[in-house]
Amino acid sequence: MADENGRTGTFSVKSGLAQMLKGGVIMDVTTPDQARIAEEAGACAVMALERIPADIRVSGGVARMSDPEMITRIQEVVTVPVMAKCRIGHFVEAQVLQSLDIDYVDESEVLTPADEANHIDKRGFTVPFVCGATDLGEALRRIGEGAAMIRTKGEAGTGNVVEAVRHMRTIRGDIGRLASLSPEEVYAAAKEFRAPLELVEQVARDEALPVVNFSAGGIATPADAALMMQLGADGVFVGSGIFKSEDPPSRARAIVEATTHFEDPEVIARVSRGLKDAMPGLEIGPLAESELLQTRGW
Amino acid sequence: MSPARLPGPPVVGVLAIQGAFREHIASLARVGAEGREVRTSKDLDGIDGLILPGGESTTLRLAGGESGLLEAVAELRAAGVPMLGTCAGMILLADRLSGGSAPMIRGLDIEVRRNAYGRQRASFECELSIEALGAEPLRAIFIRAPWVESVGPDVEVLAEYAGRAVAVRQGPLVATAFHPELTDDPRVHALFLDTLRDNAMPQLRSKGEPGVRTQ
Repeated sequence: MADENGRTGTFSVKSGLAQMLKGGVIMDVTTPDQARIAEEAGACAVMALERIPADIRVSGGVARMSDPEMITRIQEVVTVPVMAKCRIGHFVEAQVLQSLDIDYVDESEVLTPADEANHIDKRGFTVPFVCGATDLGEALRRIGEGAAMIRTKGEAGTGNVVEAVRHMRTIRGDIGRLASLSPEEVYAAAKEFRAPLELVEQVARDEALPVVNFSAGGIATPADAALMMQLGADGVFVGSGIFKSEDPPSRARAIVEATTHFEDPEVIARVSRGLKDAMPGLEIGPLAESELLQTRGW
Repeated sequence: MSPARLPGPPVVGVLAIQGAFREHIASLARVGAEGREVRTSKDLDGIDGLILPGGESTTLRLAGGESGLLEAVAELRAAGVPMLGTCAGMILLADRLSGGSAPMIRGLDIEVRRNAYGRQRASFECELSIEALGAEPLRAIFIRAPWVESVGPDVEVLAEYAGRAVAVRQGPLVATAFHPELTDDPRVHALFLDTLRDNAMPQLRSKGEPGVRTQ
């Protein structure tokens, strides 16, 4: 009989789960009922959190890891992977989430950062991490710390896709620029990106990130989701966009379909028809610098 | 009317709803087959075989069920088109699921337990000895993987891990609990192509082509 030589928590195993989520939609849920609605609509994973970003934005205060009780109740009702957020740099919240058998930890700028200098050293954890990024350097710094999946940050809780677009275009543009450099120019690029040289060299060679890259922050409609997919996202996170809309089950289903068939405008038109109101959006221009979530993390 | 073998590489569809379908297409290219993304029923026309990739089986069931895609796949399966199911794909091909969930495409006389090893923290990689693939062990990556609880008499167990079948073959159907597309080793895809050649369905190549009559 085959011996039991299995190794858990390797980078292949951690990044492999993100591979399985590609082409899918990960939805923020705050209750077991919402989790069921998300799963039934075809979400490939759910993000369990107490307050969705739009509410965090309104209520203010310090936003922390969710109550383990609430996370456990969501784990009990769905079979898809369950993710949960910890604060940037709060490695004990991450330890707690790992002990709860969470499938992915999101070290997230949506919560109030716990450390203004350091992100979590994610390499020592068995549970995989997803982290936000606004450009290639930030993505590679997170991967260097052990992140097994990246998502563009966008501006969470606004229902406004403009920042998600900016961040996806920036990362794609950075990769394209890197790929055009000669080997000796890559050293200077690594310095400029403030990212580990070996990762910068790898991206220059492969012309792609070494991990899956989803889009997040402001996606509210089926067309938003398809837009991000056409811009090169491997999948999308939808936070406030579903359960802040008027008819969450229909909108959830429509966003899933638009993400699968992102290159087919007829499908996107069909699923967008007769959807009730999307979440009310926020203009990002008038937001004060201190109200922006995307500038958290370094 | 149809030649027994058409010239050119075999065309293998890869269900492209969700999961690592691009990696399967890359693995197929390594063994000389042409991969084609399948999102709708009409993408199935003219394929020689089909890969059902990993992904979330619940998501695949929903996305494929509503558009009629899974029914179309089930028809092809019933017609004898060779298929390879990996992870969630193994679940789709199983005749029986532990815990009483409804089977989906069926065809493999096996009972499969979903998420059998547990949540992501229990996901693992290992070296598997697979006689059908030669002496060198295969590096296998298991992600929230299923295992095979029991197999019927006509099912060949290709690999076991810790006492559970994790790769099986029955006629034109091959299934693995792990993800051969996540490594550079294409031997499982090569084995599937051998299975595909042994079970070639020449008449399907002409399906959908106007003016072709088999008489």
